[in-house]
Amino acid sequence: MNQFFMQLINGLNIGSIYALIALGYTMVYGIAKLINFAHGDVIMVGAYVSFVCMNMGLPWWLAVIISIVACALLGILMEKIAYKPLRKASRISLLITAIGISYLLQNAFQLIFGANPQPYPSFITLPALKIGVITIQSNYYVTFIVSVVLMILLTLFTNKTTMGKAMRAVSEDEGAAKLMGINVDTTISLTFGIGCALAAIAGILYTNCYPMINPTLGSLPGIKAFIAAVLGGIGSIPGAVIGGFILGMVEAMTRAYISSQLTDTIVFTILILMLVFKPAGILGKNVKEKV
Amino acid sequence: MLKVENLVVRYGMIEAIKGLSFEVNDGEIVTLIGANGAGKTTTMHTISGLLRPASGSITLDGVDITKIPAHKIVTMGLAQIPERRRVFASQTVEENLDLGAFTRKDKDGIVHDLARVYELFPRLQERKKQLAGTLSGGEQQMLAMGRALMAKPKILLLDEPSMGLSPLLVKEIFRIIEEINKQGTTILLVEQNAKMALAIANRAYVLETGKITLEGTGKQLAESPQVQKVYLGG
Repeated sequence: MNQFFMQLINGLNIGSIYALIALGYTMVYGIAKLINFAHGDVIMVGAYVSFVCMNMGLPWWLAVIISIVACALLGILMEKIAYKPLRKASRISLLITAIGISYLLQNAFQLIFGANPQPYPSFITLPALKIGVITIQSNYYVTFIVSVVLMILLTLFTNKTTMGKAMRAVSEDEGAAKLMGINVDTTISLTFGIGCALAAIAGILYTNCYPMINPTLGSLPGIKAFIAAVLGGIGSIPGAVIGGFILGMVEAMTRAYISSQLTDTIVFTILILMLVFKPAGILGKNVKEKV
Repeated sequence: MLKVENLVVRYGMIEAIKGLSFEVNDGEIVTLIGANGAGKTTTMHTISGLLRPASGSITLDGVDITKIPAHKIVTMGLAQIPERRRVFASQTVEENLDLGAFTRKDKDGIVHDLARVYELFPRLQERKKQLAGTLSGGEQQMLAMGRALMAKPKILLLDEPSMGLSPLLVKEIFRIIEEINKQGTTILLVEQNAKMALAIANRAYVLETGKITLEGTGKQLAESPQVQKVYLGG
């Protein structure tokens, strides 16, 4: 029983990180109809920026803020330079460009910081939480709480604010949104900015739990979060959260009860089964192609 | 108020609009009638900035808006109710109306106009918390009209408001169009339902494969043998 609860906590921890990253995938997809495969590498950039800041002697909270701002700007810049000129191009061109950006970021960081892993100075060092016989380390519950708070804030933003409603309007019908006077370019920039800011936070939380960083650290969580977004229904914000937690749980339980070597196999099998039997995802709508 | 001169619009190699000129004066209801594929919707989209013309010009109150982006044209007093309504299905009636007022900052004015929209369309007030996607076709048309009015336009462009509606509802919608016009909004109406459109229009143009082939008052065109033969089934 104890082991089960430990795995539950592991699952919630990694699941909340996947959910944060999946939110970025799903928001960008909703607005720009683009799978931003470079999104995973933004996690890595977020981790490195905070790493460099802390090595320069800045306090951790300032490092976190700088990292969030840097990643938001990176997202906006990425869209302006790489994706905006291709907005009328075919989806495959966008996809290939996204993969290109991903390699560009990985290799640029490899050039600057080298390919070897470096130890990351974890800074979440609150007292551990004891519930009965179970001990929960601080980085686990902090990750969970931070993620849930961010998800609530994001939901409030998209449902209650004018800008959030405009964002949903653009994702539903870009032309009609323009007729309302909504500036689609600004909305797209904002979406990339928010998505990448969340990725930065996810990156920092991730490296606090697994305190080694290298330039490809974002690939695997990035691709897992993409699966989470597809599982939940790409384009759907609650879908990304649900998908993230399901995936985290599946991973933790597989690792504990089946085989730790099979976790990735099982996760990718889920993706394939999902694409075959319910391609719209758990909360996704069956979208008809517009003619 | 609105002046379109020598407008040419292309989709790739295909010329959809071939040198179109017409104008809409202050306070008028002007209609463009024409068959499927005549270029009616293309014209509407080009005026509101969703499409860019290859040449020609569009002026609104003397200001050239040919190259102004769509979201800015709205702030200049031109709103469009697109073909097939295009309401935001996953948002409520109220949220759709709020989005109509997206560019406005005058809170009191917005409250006033919301009351006016609910007065014109009491149905919308009853359903304000309902998702727009769950409304009937007629209600969606009303919502699309209300949403456009929330931008407080000087000129309103309507693209096929009668599409897919029962004859009774079409009558109701046209009555409301006249009412909106009486309250001071200039109207440009594009319709396949030529009979209804000509009945309420001050002036009308017949659009055929991207060109104006006839123009006159609504009454003149309704009585023209050519229009009767082709568009009025007579």
